[in-house]
Amino acid sequence: MSMDTGLDQQTSSTAALRTENLTRIVDDKRLVDGVSVEIGWGETLAVVGPSGAGKSSFLRLLNRLDEPSSGTVYLEGRDYRDIPPRELRRIVGMVMQQPFLFPGTVEENLRFGPRQRGEDLEREQLEALLEKVNLPGYLERDVSRLSGGEAQRVSLARTLANRPRILLLDEPTSALDEESRRDVEELIAQIIDLEKLTCVIVTHDMKQAERMSKRVMVMEKGKKVRIGPVEEVLASSQR
Amino acid sequence: MLEGLFDNQIMLGAAQAGVAVLLALAVMLLARWQEIHLERETVIALVRGLIQIIAVGSILVLLFGGPGWTGLAILTGMVAAAGAIAARRARGIPGAFRISLTGIAVGAGAVIALMTWAGVIDEDLTSLIPVGSMLVANSMNTCALALDRFRGDVEAHTGQIEAALALGAAPNRSVQRFVRSAVQASMIPRIDTLRSLGIVWIPGLMAGMVLAGADPVYAAIYQFVVIAMIYAAAGITALVSVILIRSQAFSPAEQLTLRAGKPQTSS
Repeated sequence: MSMDTGLDQQTSSTAALRTENLTRIVDDKRLVDGVSVEIGWGETLAVVGPSGAGKSSFLRLLNRLDEPSSGTVYLEGRDYRDIPPRELRRIVGMVMQQPFLFPGTVEENLRFGPRQRGEDLEREQLEALLEKVNLPGYLERDVSRLSGGEAQRVSLARTLANRPRILLLDEPTSALDEESRRDVEELIAQIIDLEKLTCVIVTHDMKQAERMSKRVMVMEKGKKVRIGPVEEVLASSQR
Repeated sequence: MLEGLFDNQIMLGAAQAGVAVLLALAVMLLARWQEIHLERETVIALVRGLIQIIAVGSILVLLFGGPGWTGLAILTGMVAAAGAIAARRARGIPGAFRISLTGIAVGAGAVIALMTWAGVIDEDLTSLIPVGSMLVANSMNTCALALDRFRGDVEAHTGQIEAALALGAAPNRSVQRFVRSAVQASMIPRIDTLRSLGIVWIPGLMAGMVLAGADPVYAAIYQFVVIAMIYAAAGITALVSVILIRSQAFSPAEQLTLRAGKPQTSS
């Protein structure tokens, strides 16, 4: 059963992202099943659900890391299949559950994204990025020496170096210890607010969804089962 | 001692084989004395090995007496067989046989053609087939190593590769260091062979040429020539194979499809 509230009646022309019957089938299993949702500019949508619900699979379709079996995604009204994948992924950045930093220094990691477009960031710009994620002076650090929380913050800075307009976050704090989790969550919330980013965050933590977003989509077995303001969805799930 | 007893080379060879077999059987009896039982495996291996190598020798006698084009046909067959064997390392990847066949054909084929034209390899079948087969076999091993290493690295670093793609990297760029390590790793045996030549081992070709009465210095030089050709053929094969498998690891929409298990394709 899908429960849409009035807030979901956004017009396509204002939607940062709109998915239309988005489906992904692998080995006869429907990982994502006909999900249609709109995300407005500047909005943070949390995607919650039990393990195996298809949340991460759905997120990976939004920057086309995986190919939909049917349906599509519209980025500001444009079918994303008409956008070169590299350009799409520059606009729609992603922070994964694990940092997956590249071997080398923090500086080399931060420079990576812009370099793919032939852009070389100034040292001051790199330092400003590290200031944003509360890691001043870390440029020369070898990434193998970073803690889990530090690595995830470098991963966030690395994505921000590309100046994305939309940020996809796949359980960005679930691999961290409790203290780092709170720090990184607060940091992400600050950055989203400061940079006025549009954000889709996957989390299995309903309280985190409540803290970080105003609207939440609940997924089960690949389908969207509820969507709406976080208080209403939470209240209905507790009934 | 034996040379004085036999005029006929085949009979001499049979007698020499008999002595070697007796030695192997003596080892088997020594092991049995220590209650280590190798009898069945030893006898089967000796008989099978002898029959197989005599069969190969007999076939070569027939082939060497044939027209020149049989050399090309034989080498082509060897390349096809080598491609099939090396492709097992890339099982599950679309076009695995095509990748390994192309890598080996280009690597070994280019060196055989060039060196035959330059006169480094004699056009006579008695030289072309043995030397050509060495190049094909070593290219096959290099191809198998390179494909296995590239595949293993990509499957073990899926997260990093997708992190690179998610940052807007081209597929080639996202696997660049794995291409490098696959080529380097697959060339290690060839590099070590060149390095250790004459110090750690005296290759069979040189030993055979000396036994046949060639000048030992010339035999040594020609052995180096063959090893250098093997190195060149293997290097070309490694580069071509890895570049081809790299192109198969991604979809047209620049998504990583080469994963542990089997290639990911949506339906």
